[in-house]
Amino acid sequence: MSYLFSTVAEEQEMLARIGVDSIDQLLQQIPKPLQLDRLLDLPPALSEMELEQHMRALAANSGGVSSRTCFLGGGAYDHYIPSVVDEITGRGEYYTAYTPYQAEASQGTLQAFFEYQTMICQLTGMQVSNASLYEGGGSVSEATLMAMRTTGRTGRVVVAGAVHPEYVQVLRTYVGHTSTEVIHIAAGADGTVDLAKLAGAIDEHTAAVVVQNPNFLGNIEDVEAIAKLAHDKESLLVCSVDPIGLGLLARPGDLGADIVVAEGQSLGIPLQFGGPYLGILACRNDFIRRMPGRLIGETIDRTGGRCFVLNMQAREQHIRREKATSNICTNQGLMALRATMYLAQMGPQGMRETAELCVQKAHYAATQIAAIPGFSIPYAKTPKFKEFVVKVPGSAQAIVDKVAAAGVDVGPTLSQLAPVPGVADTDSLLLVAVTEQRTKADIDHLVKLLK
Amino acid sequence: MDFMDLAALKYAKTHEWVAIEGDMATVGITDFAVHLLSDLVFIDLPKPGKALKVGESCGEVESVKAVSDVYAPLAGVVTETNPELGDTTEKLSSDPFGAGWLIKMKVTDLSGVTNLLDRAAYEKHCESEAH
Repeated sequence: MSYLFSTVAEEQEMLARIGVDSIDQLLQQIPKPLQLDRLLDLPPALSEMELEQHMRALAANSGGVSSRTCFLGGGAYDHYIPSVVDEITGRGEYYTAYTPYQAEASQGTLQAFFEYQTMICQLTGMQVSNASLYEGGGSVSEATLMAMRTTGRTGRVVVAGAVHPEYVQVLRTYVGHTSTEVIHIAAGADGTVDLAKLAGAIDEHTAAVVVQNPNFLGNIEDVEAIAKLAHDKESLLVCSVDPIGLGLLARPGDLGADIVVAEGQSLGIPLQFGGPYLGILACRNDFIRRMPGRLIGETIDRTGGRCFVLNMQAREQHIRREKATSNICTNQGLMALRATMYLAQMGPQGMRETAELCVQKAHYAATQIAAIPGFSIPYAKTPKFKEFVVKVPGSAQAIVDKVAAAGVDVGPTLSQLAPVPGVADTDSLLLVAVTEQRTKADIDHLVKLLK
Repeated sequence: MDFMDLAALKYAKTHEWVAIEGDMATVGITDFAVHLLSDLVFIDLPKPGKALKVGESCGEVESVKAVSDVYAPLAGVVTETNPELGDTTEKLSSDPFGAGWLIKMKVTDLSGVTNLLDRAAYEKHCESEAH
């Protein structure tokens, strides 16, 4: 019998096998008032050709970043994706979204993840990377839980300043029903965390300090100083980064971070309406057994040939049940593969050049926007990477709508997401991000639209 | 460390052994447990100063197949962990009752000893688990 039944005869055969007369009898344990006693209210079925035409008409209404000019920030960015990324990840040998079940039979996939782990370690300055998690916010939470397991402390987690509001929400969701308190220290006047207040919040029950660099407002935090404050109380520093920024900024591993996490979307993954994205998590060697997710290792097979295996599975959920390091025992296979191909194609030089273009273009844009009457850049003196806050005259949402009508996207506005402690007057604030893809003409066009 | 007199030790059903001297106890896991776990790869032990309740997890022994908890057979405070087990598991595999000891603790409630098994009762317990 085929997997999906379709004929009345097949339906009867299955009912007979399980010993009931009809579908109604099969479903009788569902209370009558909850049963639908009519057919679903659907339009008549379309032929394949009609459906194709209908879908094409619907698709024509969608606009992607390819048909617009994107200055959107807030955690997902319109970076260039080299064509080799699609070319290789689209190959039949690789093209599956899921982590391999019969892992060692998929040597090519395991090798790609091994390369991914190696490049993430090089990029972040850490010693171990897992084979990826799902997205940035989940990675922040998993890193925090990992810090609790490592330190044996569950009393407190301190969020340092402008961490992405959605990441903080995910973190609060993870620990909201436990006894762990989440203390959120406000951003100071310069848009980075207030170090004195931060120092006061870290105590001997604090498992982790979570910082984002560049932070949600685009500003560069003093990660080294924050790491010292955390380590003074023997708590761990979880540092969320922009992987593109690491082409230019100091590596978090060199600044004292214990666990580095990131949203990996910028590494060759299209914006695609918010996901699937990629969770990056890397750490120091000491914490390897507390790390969630899969880990690929290199070894030799019985003929002495180089091969790849899944390591440390004894800590995964399918073996260790409730004591597993995480309930994630898979990885974001296809997206990790894209990031691997992206990093391999760019190389250290390409990453540096991309980061330099972002910095230069973002600073040009900020300067031009600051010169528009009524507009200002609130954290103008604080070092930035590719994104910055703009204060507009009146409503930020009105500005977003105005430029959107002309095919240009900026934002999000700061009132659109949960508040960042320490940031006031959010109705007139919005984020602008400038990637290497934006030209001087694009930026000048945006400035003209804003005026 | 000398090879312990197995008959003088006390045992927990979860396969820890305890050697008691005054209010100090040395804790390890039995050869039976080591054999069940097969190839050991990693041992994680508590920090000195940690207070333990009876039955509380006080460490982990990881083999190629599984990670198993080590449970505190008595209530007390950890005073020392076996420095020989930091980077290698060989001592535990080869000499679980001697050089492969795991922790030393100051026992806070010696009455807990009455709930532990003697050698004969423990051997019987292992026989029933081996089936």
